[in-house]
Amino acid sequence: MTQIFAYIPFKDGAAEDVALEYPSAAKKIDASASLTAVVTGSGADLDKVANDMTAIYSQVIKIDNAELAYPNADVVRKALVNIIPSDAIFLVAHNTFGMDLAPGLSVKMESAYAADIVDFEGIDGTTLKAVRQELGGAVSTHVAIDISSGAVMTVRPGSFAPVEPGSASGSVIDKSGDAGDLSAKRKFLEIVEAEVGDVDITKSDVLVSIGRGIEEQENIEIAQELAEAMNAVVSCSRPIVDAKWLEKSRQVGTSGQTVKPKVYMAMGISGSFQHLGGVKGNPFIVAVNKNPKAPIFQVADVGIVQDILEFMPSLTEAINDL
Amino acid sequence: MEILVCVKRVPDTAENEFELNSAGNDLDRDDLVYSVNEWDNYAVEEAIQIVDKVGGNVTVITVGDDESEEVLRREMAMGANNGILLSDDAFEGSDGRGIAGILAAEVKKGSYDLILTGAQADEGAGQIGGMLAAMLEIPYASLVNKIQVGDGSIIVGREIEGGNQEMNEIGLPCVLSIQTGINEPRYVGIRGIRKVASVDIPVKAASDLGIDVNTVGEAGAKTKRVDYFVPDTGEGAEMLEGSTDEIIEKLIEKLKAKGGL
Repeated sequence: MTQIFAYIPFKDGAAEDVALEYPSAAKKIDASASLTAVVTGSGADLDKVANDMTAIYSQVIKIDNAELAYPNADVVRKALVNIIPSDAIFLVAHNTFGMDLAPGLSVKMESAYAADIVDFEGIDGTTLKAVRQELGGAVSTHVAIDISSGAVMTVRPGSFAPVEPGSASGSVIDKSGDAGDLSAKRKFLEIVEAEVGDVDITKSDVLVSIGRGIEEQENIEIAQELAEAMNAVVSCSRPIVDAKWLEKSRQVGTSGQTVKPKVYMAMGISGSFQHLGGVKGNPFIVAVNKNPKAPIFQVADVGIVQDILEFMPSLTEAINDL
Repeated sequence: MEILVCVKRVPDTAENEFELNSAGNDLDRDDLVYSVNEWDNYAVEEAIQIVDKVGGNVTVITVGDDESEEVLRREMAMGANNGILLSDDAFEGSDGRGIAGILAAEVKKGSYDLILTGAQADEGAGQIGGMLAAMLEIPYASLVNKIQVGDGSIIVGREIEGGNQEMNEIGLPCVLSIQTGINEPRYVGIRGIRKVASVDIPVKAASDLGIDVNTVGEAGAKTKRVDYFVPDTGEGAEMLEGSTDEIIEKLIEKLKAKGGL
């Protein structure tokens, strides 16, 4: 029987949403597989999360060790190698922790590795078929994963339907004693919180958000003018911050701010999942992009194939004339 | 400090509109524009800046065919001292594990204090750095957006959710994957590339590296891409068409209805 283990990330005693999504992913891998949640950490927060998980998973493995108080991937990996059967399937979210942990774990477990899975299409023999994306979401691919000696896979948060808690009444198994030597040459020091910027984009009902399509720093003014006409605030995608054209506090995405506006104007933004991961609350999304194949058009409510540098000034003028 | 930076030649996402070939199972690669993986430029820039401060050498390495030599030369024009091309027909079709294994074989022949990769490349897996570190049994940190070099160890900042930064102290040697935005990669002109055009770049094959060809390439791959496709995502956006004036008129109506105006 296929054994699937799912790593539960949590913060301040609350599991992340992906904890509700793994069961759907596991079912799509193999509906008859056993599914076990794995929680690592230390103290009361860990106990609370492990207990919460029994409402979703029939088995919950808890690994409690002071060295695991902060999820340092180099330490967590050492513990997991000693606890997860080497021929099992191990799932972890494709977030900044999963990306840190999983590739090395697959080497240590001598398992297949596949990253950022958005869908599973079942097992045929010892081959698991999965779907992922390449080239920033421009194309999708099917991959065939040989799971005969196990597999480590990261799954994209938000890609699998969340289950309702209460679907299980599982039990917690304490495997803390099996974690082994957890000394590591990487030591967690501290979290440096993001700097607060001049405007709080999370407070605005309307965002005019710019991406690579803005082309030049000077053109940001064009977006500012549209934002003023709409009584909105300018936000942006990652490349604009990388280029130091706007402050980090203006960045929407998993590595930036999570926003919940009513209207989101995606101007020259291709629409990577990291960017869209920061757009919550189901806003009305208007996408303007000169590339008709931009992934943003798959998620937007309204799409316009135009160059934003020409379209935005026309729109600004029309709004000002209202 | 001896720094190795792993780079990759990839289709340029900013320069291409990706379409499937007529059979619908692969990209139409005829007119694709290739360049250095964007993340790798940040890794090379970071390596050069470290060496400028503390001394040492930057070596750039890639696994690829003859055409990959151009990306090595580009990074050498930025300021990397040496280039190494790992190339063999047997490497074709390797999965991430295969590529990491090929790189690990060469790394073991050298003596590097720090190994950098881009945080991810065209396939979006972000897997090579972590695998390489595990194979070499040295520490690893991904998504690094700050490096502070000390004595025998370094302080690194990792970009984590919400724009926060996770600070770690890591012993050397180690592998780091570099996130965009850590620095501002220098511009490379035609002139710079000409300057390094005749620098010798050693090419190493499986036999030079002592690699069993059954462990790499398609034969050794546990994860294989079956095909490319464009997913059926349902309706998608309602596309507004017509003249700009007509589009704007329709858009303004919708924005009014949705609270955008």
